[in-house]
Amino acid sequence: MLAAIDLFFLVSTMVKIVFFVMVVVMTLVAYTVYAERRFSAIIQDRVGPNRVGIPFTKISLAGLGQPIADGLKFLLKEDFTPKHVNTFYYWLAPALTMVPALMSAAVVPFGSEMAIPFGDEIYRVPLVIADINVGPVFVFAITSLSVYGIVIAGWSSNSKYSFFGGVRSSSQMISYEICMGLSIIPVIMILGELNLTKIVEAQSANGWLLLPAWGNGLSMQSWLLLIPVIISFVIFTISIFAETNRLPFDLPECETELVAGYHTEYSSMKFALFFLGEYAAMIIGSGIIVTLFLGGWSLPFGLSEHLLANKGGFWGIITPLIHFGCFMSKVVAFLLFFIWVRWSIPRFRYDQLMRLGWVFFFEIALANIVLTAIIMVVLR
Amino acid sequence: MLETYLPILMQLGVACGFAVSTLIVSVLLGKSGKTNPVKDSAYECGMLPIGEAQPRFSVKFYLVAMLFVLFDIEVVFMYPWAVVFKDLLVTSLLPVTLGMAGFVFILFIAYLYVLKKGALQWRD
Repeated sequence: MLAAIDLFFLVSTMVKIVFFVMVVVMTLVAYTVYAERRFSAIIQDRVGPNRVGIPFTKISLAGLGQPIADGLKFLLKEDFTPKHVNTFYYWLAPALTMVPALMSAAVVPFGSEMAIPFGDEIYRVPLVIADINVGPVFVFAITSLSVYGIVIAGWSSNSKYSFFGGVRSSSQMISYEICMGLSIIPVIMILGELNLTKIVEAQSANGWLLLPAWGNGLSMQSWLLLIPVIISFVIFTISIFAETNRLPFDLPECETELVAGYHTEYSSMKFALFFLGEYAAMIIGSGIIVTLFLGGWSLPFGLSEHLLANKGGFWGIITPLIHFGCFMSKVVAFLLFFIWVRWSIPRFRYDQLMRLGWVFFFEIALANIVLTAIIMVVLR
Repeated sequence: MLETYLPILMQLGVACGFAVSTLIVSVLLGKSGKTNPVKDSAYECGMLPIGEAQPRFSVKFYLVAMLFVLFDIEVVFMYPWAVVFKDLLVTSLLPVTLGMAGFVFILFIAYLYVLKKGALQWRD
């Protein structure tokens, strides 16, 4: 079996991991933080960070140097471990939050297959790190591991507020895991597929689930199925908000009650890892929403099919790049939506949060599965 | 089949490497300042910490965790069914629909029991 793994596969995989996870996601994390600060400033009629530009000059570039300065500052801060903490777990927790967030990026397809002509051979590279056929299940399995990081952070800090933050957060994350899992079952029923690459290809040919406007998507069935799909989409998106501890659901770290929640006792790079983990989870979450409901990397109205029909020459490189741009623009649109919601909607109360997850979403998601099944049986 | 999971192993390595290396770099570059007893105490809005560091908390959290395990497993059971649903609709309609209908019904009865018991009731 190991003979099947050639050097090209290993090298191309490593390049993809470094490119997508280290370059794309990390840059996006840094600039999402910047965008969040600027966006919130606009919403609250402030200026926001607009000074940091090129060092030693007066060029400010609207503050685009801010994320780099922040990153440097995190590295140079005093690395302080308070005496009252449980040292080993205190150090383990930030890494345990960061790693799952980066891991779940592995199955998100960020472009169509690249065909690189080299010599007289054509090397084919699918633009997804791991093309496994359990996509969404893998994502749920890995993202739920980040609960450990938060629980351990809250417990090992040996501080009242950290502890409460950790307990609240774990409870919230596992509650919304169920709605998240239930809400995408209609999507899987409609597409009959768990491989995210094939899900995107099917949507590229036959209309996105939320926009069935071309190919086979123009049928009566697709338009009727739009009702359960929209319900799924709303539940899934809101669950992602809860999973990433973003504002309407940021009870684990609500400042007015818990100082900063589970990372109260953390500083310097260890704090930054929690921060990076939260934003990375947000980016991957947006990526999953886009992949499942909005056609992933595909262009709307079947344009991708025309692009993919151009074979040979440099099209094998241009087309995936266009698709990559399309995927990123959809993800960025979702990130802006995340930020917009955070600065517009007040926080839930804890009992409301649990009620929303366990009572409303659970029941609606279950009914949604039945509705999808009925539509598919009647119109088969 | 298994080699498709190799990239995930590589990514695990990269992710762990990133987390560990940033922590190490931070230790090497970060300047350490003076410590004093106040700096070492738990942060509590600038006041001296009062009471236990890990106080008792509501048993509800424990209940939620148990219910999560139960319901999440049942959700996972639905995935294989959802994948084959479209194909089996053509060949064997009754088993595929009634089978899951029975499963969802039992799940819902259990859920109603939990609800009636007040396990999800957070306000007294």
